[in-house]
Amino acid sequence: MSVDEQVLSYPIPNDAALDPPAEWAELRARCPVAHVTLPSGDRATLLTRYEDVKQVLADPRFTRQLNAPDAARLSADGGGVFSSEMATIIPDSGEEHQRWRRLVGKWFTAKRMNAMRPAMIRIAEDLIDDMVKRGAPGDLRAGLGFPLPVYVICDMLGVPAADRDRFSYWSDTLLNLTRYGKAEIEAAQAEFFQYMSDLVAGKRADPGDDLLSELITAGGPEDGGLSDIQILVTGMALLVAGHETTANMIGKLVSMLLADRSRWERLLADPSLIRTTVEESLRFDANSGFGLPRYLNAETEVSGAVLPRGTTVVCSMAAANRDETAFENAGEMDLTRSPNPHLAFGSGAHSCLGQALARTELQVVLEVLLRRLPTLELAVPVEELERVEGLAVGGLREVPVRW
Amino acid sequence: MKVIVDEAKCCGAGQCVLIAPEVFDQRDEDGIVVLLEPEPAEDQHTAVREAAAVCPAAAIQLEGDDA
Ligand code: HEM
Ligand code: SF4
Repeated sequence: MSVDEQVLSYPIPNDAALDPPAEWAELRARCPVAHVTLPSGDRATLLTRYEDVKQVLADPRFTRQLNAPDAARLSADGGGVFSSEMATIIPDSGEEHQRWRRLVGKWFTAKRMNAMRPAMIRIAEDLIDDMVKRGAPGDLRAGLGFPLPVYVICDMLGVPAADRDRFSYWSDTLLNLTRYGKAEIEAAQAEFFQYMSDLVAGKRADPGDDLLSELITAGGPEDGGLSDIQILVTGMALLVAGHETTANMIGKLVSMLLADRSRWERLLADPSLIRTTVEESLRFDANSGFGLPRYLNAETEVSGAVLPRGTTVVCSMAAANRDETAFENAGEMDLTRSPNPHLAFGSGAHSCLGQALARTELQVVLEVLLRRLPTLELAVPVEELERVEGLAVGGLREVPVRW
Repeated sequence: MKVIVDEAKCCGAGQCVLIAPEVFDQRDEDGIVVLLEPEPAEDQHTAVREAAAVCPAAAIQLEGDDA
């Protein structure tokens, strides 16, 4: 099949849980600026080359204003959490955005993450203990991948441990717009909003050593800080941005390593490869989801093609991460690859704020699993792993394992 | 090897600190990069090159590095 003679549907259908669709290589080689049709029926321009994706993500002319009247809609029923009212409360470009990022960013430094490591290790160990108690086989996604990031964010936000499971449920309803009914989603959102308002009010009265308290004590907008509503939405946004992404990545990381068990054995023999393995799994992840959409506010050129103002582009970081011109043996998972400038966290001023946290969580999960369950293996053949439904973030429905 | 960082570009991702903690740090108040060692010793060069290569904001420049 030739990809440049027809308008491709995007996302490109793909049944293999861990492997990329054949179209990627062809697009990169022959049609790096491709016309595609989104689920809404609107047209967009798909970028798949490493250099193009990296350049566009860091270029402020490619904005996140996907609510512009002529921007392509992603799906017929709107964009879910991305285009909701919540998203407009946090400034998303320019100096205001940078100010917000720096206020929140102090909680995501590498130093803080190292300080949080022991608590994360404890969380991972407790969850693995519970899995072991329930007995093999078990679902690593439900038992470890999904709860761990919520518990960690709860700790950062200063949410008491007793409320973690409610938090988990709210996060799930916010993200899984297809699994729950409309009434259930609205009820959960209202509850969550109320809970967060009470939490922020409580911290204002009695600040603790957590991110929300810190944002409150930094002062209001007149002192260069955030308003109460911005603080509240920041807390919710961190949960939404950091939960599903990290949860799914935990499942995919472990699946990629167990799919070819020599990878797992290599790590058992040499745990010093954990850091580069986590980076390589982020690069190698062929099931990372939709990619990043951008709306172009001035005519420009990408890979020799002129893009008019008003174009909606979709950057496929996963396709770019397999670009042979950027990574030697891009189709091989190399646990020692270094440097590994993959684009899984985006690039430029908007690149993932939580990346140090995500990296630390993934490293901790791997380290604890290798130590506690060295005999870990997939409980089903790789071909039986299934992708999750849904648009934004790719993952596996279940990760059945035994040990 | 001489290291130059651009604070205005830095987005506080902390990659450099995770990779080369003896050369880079982050300010406590906003997570922006702090250069601890503008002329790092030989044994740091590989780590510094890696940090420069993966910095998501392209905020780390190396001068006089032949490797
Ligand atoms: C493996 C896990 C993760 C992946 C793959 C991931 C990926 C991304 C990507 C690609 C972006 C860029 C969005 C854009 O350019 O429009 C982003 C932004 C962001 N991420 Fe993550 N993320 C992960 C985990 C986390 C975690 C754990 C948190 C925090 C708790 C987080 C918080 C954020 C925030 C706040 C932004 C917006 C930054 C901004 O607009 O300046 N992420 N993430
Ligand atoms: S890796 Fe780059 S963006 Fe991140 S803290 Fe270091 S200099 Fe800043």
